[in-house]
Amino acid sequence: MKKIEIIIRPFKTDDVKKALTDLDIKGMTVSEVKGFGRQRGHKEVYRGAEYQVDFVSKVKIEVVVDDAQVKQVVDTVVAAARTGQIGDGKIFVVPVEETIRIRTGETGVAAI
Amino acid sequence: MNAADTAFILIAAALVMFMTPGLALFYAGLVRAKNVLATIMHSFFLLGLISVLWAVGGYSLAFGPDIGGLIGGLNFAFLNDVGVEGNGPVNNIPHLAFMAFQMMFAVITPALISGAFAERIKFSSYAVFSGLWLILVYSPMAHWVWGGGWMAKMGALDFAGGAVVHMSSGAAALAAAMVLGARSGYGKQSFMPHNLPMTLTGMGILWFGWFGFNAGSALAANGLAANAFVTTHLAASAACLGWLIIEKLHAGHPTTLGAASGALAGLVAITPAAGYVTPMASLLIGFIGGFVCYGGVLLKSKLKYDDALDVVGIHGLGGTWGALATGLFATKAVNSAGADGLFYGNPAQFGIQLVSVLATWVFCFGASYILFKFVDMVMGLRPSPDDEAKGLDITQHSESGYQL
Repeated sequence: MKKIEIIIRPFKTDDVKKALTDLDIKGMTVSEVKGFGRQRGHKEVYRGAEYQVDFVSKVKIEVVVDDAQVKQVVDTVVAAARTGQIGDGKIFVVPVEETIRIRTGETGVAAI
Repeated sequence: MNAADTAFILIAAALVMFMTPGLALFYAGLVRAKNVLATIMHSFFLLGLISVLWAVGGYSLAFGPDIGGLIGGLNFAFLNDVGVEGNGPVNNIPHLAFMAFQMMFAVITPALISGAFAERIKFSSYAVFSGLWLILVYSPMAHWVWGGGWMAKMGALDFAGGAVVHMSSGAAALAAAMVLGARSGYGKQSFMPHNLPMTLTGMGILWFGWFGFNAGSALAANGLAANAFVTTHLAASAACLGWLIIEKLHAGHPTTLGAASGALAGLVAITPAAGYVTPMASLLIGFIGGFVCYGGVLLKSKLKYDDALDVVGIHGLGGTWGALATGLFATKAVNSAGADGLFYGNPAQFGIQLVSVLATWVFCFGASYILFKFVDMVMGLRPSPDDEAKGLDITQHSESGYQL
């Protein structure tokens, strides 16, 4: 099993969610995060005082999939999330040691 | 007694009361989320504390029979002789109505000071300071200007509180910034307003309430009140534009906070002048007030004092400009009980205003400085650095503004 951590532009959330559910991905976890890579932040001004805001708002989507699905999921997400501008985001593929469904106690791929 | 006047003054008093929660929201939106409740409390609590102190003795010290031009006697303590008859300082409305109207001014003035010490004061110390400030600074000032004291006898014009409310709190704010020192992390961390929609809501309430503050100071439902209403509104409008123009030129963008701050600067500036100047003069007073107060806000970073919410820049300097502008633009054509200013052939009035400005700053700054030092010595003003970092809401009030 692999966890796919996807960091994308907030306005792309619905597109990526739709792309994933179209692939029959059964669940995902979404959080609002801040960060930066090569994308610069922006300036805010309050009563003449300038503030440099480095962290940019992003959305993080986490899905856990069977190893066999990883490539298809990654390609689909890239297609849905890419704009071609700096700040499109990143995808990390991370191994998952175990998955448990709390309600039934199932483990492994069946619990995804 | 006059029924229309009575109705108007009671409503005006309610409008001014509304300005205190309005101020609470205005300030609270400008601080960090961890201090939002404490900042609201700095205004809201005074509705409790100052109202009681005012009724018990503050009113009498301000408006009781004059003693040596300096203070009122305690004849009206516990509202003795302050009743339903029209035998107060003005006889067209019940004495209680006059007292109530003045009470709302007394409540909001120390609340203004809280902008300077926001995010770094202990609640107990702020409460003790504010109570003492009412008795030792506000009541004397109110007496000097409105209660028949020496500034009134000298002929100083202050229609609704440029000196009593704005310069006094501005001077106290400067003392606060100096005695308390800067917020931890000031200059290194960025302290951005956490909720500007809240600030703008508060500003809307303040603008609305100001009609009671200035027009109500005519103490009658008459043409003078209408003049004050219009000058108040036009000064706010012109100042809003003035601030946005200079902000666009100087900083590159017109901001929402700038629009609110500009309007506020105009309202502050017109406060002493509202019932003495013409509407066209108020446009100019407001417009220039926007520039003056914008500069006042920048002054803070030049002189490196942490007046967190710009009380000195807006209330101190705005009130000063307004008091001096009164000496320029006042005309008996608007208010025969007033005087003519410099532009109407009477330069002496400008001199009188200047004296009242200087005396106000010296007294209010000096007395406030001493009071802050005194409270600091007795009980400490600032929370511990740890408590300041955790935030005043949790450490002073065991509350969180937002459960997100």
